[in-house]
Amino acid sequence: MVMATVSSNVVVLVGAVFLASAVEMVEALTIVVAVGHTQGWRSALEGAAVALLTLGALVAIVGPALVHFPLDVLRLIVGAVLLIFGMQWLRKAILRSCGLKAKHDEDAIYQETVESLGAGTSNTPRDRVAFVLAFKGVFLEGLEVVIIVITLGISARHLGLAALTALAALVVVGVIGVIVARQLSKVPENALKMTVGVLLLSYGTFFGGEGLKIHWPGGDAMLVVLVAIYALVTWLFVAGLRALSDRQQVVAR
Amino acid sequence: MKAHASWPVRLVRGFATFWWDFLVGDTPELFVAVLLIVGVISLVSLVGHLNMLAVVLLPMLSVVALGASVLRAWRSSRRG
Repeated sequence: MVMATVSSNVVVLVGAVFLASAVEMVEALTIVVAVGHTQGWRSALEGAAVALLTLGALVAIVGPALVHFPLDVLRLIVGAVLLIFGMQWLRKAILRSCGLKAKHDEDAIYQETVESLGAGTSNTPRDRVAFVLAFKGVFLEGLEVVIIVITLGISARHLGLAALTALAALVVVGVIGVIVARQLSKVPENALKMTVGVLLLSYGTFFGGEGLKIHWPGGDAMLVVLVAIYALVTWLFVAGLRALSDRQQVVAR
Repeated sequence: MKAHASWPVRLVRGFATFWWDFLVGDTPELFVAVLLIVGVISLVSLVGHLNMLAVVLLPMLSVVALGASVLRAWRSSRRG
């Protein structure tokens, strides 16, 4: 029983961190690939590497410092942040699934980055612009991952595992990036985003509840129940909105 | 004005902007909803000591908040 509850907590933690990291890293990789193809790989890879080192340092410094925070207060704050973040991701993914919001297009990001490099009129050397662009892309996308790693890792008391999982996602996305190069738009980003939204919302509910002294029936196993509930609700929302949109189209005709 | 700001001011401004975009962004209704949910569950769990009610209410209110936000976006997309 203990093994079962511990593993359910760990599985959800690993799943949430891995998928969230993968989604953000796909976006970052698109920028790095665009910079690399346009301005040369050296500056692009240097910018990405420095950004990753900075993000790693952030986890190493902020993570252990937060461990000394009272756990109940930390879980309440983390729970509230994850509830907001989870709902934002899920809302976006639901709207995209129903065609109410444009799907995130990696090709557009790629084109935008290439154009911004091409239109550069600053006096700074080209490789510096490429370095800054690659650094900014990786750092900004990675910052969300850092927040997820720190908040989930500390609340679940598995900061090391969360950091390693994010690192594994980085390696996997990096390898895929090398293989598919410019075809990152083939990654089913919306499905990933929807899954991450469900996981973050489940964790937010669970930790937020614990921060407010809720005793969840079944302990950590309740996380799996929350994941199932939110996944079902998401499916119902998507189906309901699609039906509503179809009915409106028929009435309009 | 902005160009003359010292680096600590820019750093603080950037930090505040990041968290504002991160937590509020284009969905202020979700931010407000979560604050309300935390308030309601605090009353039920910490003051009322009604654990089972809190267990049911927390995910239920989260679903209602998400649904309301999605519906709001759907309606505004119909209007636009």
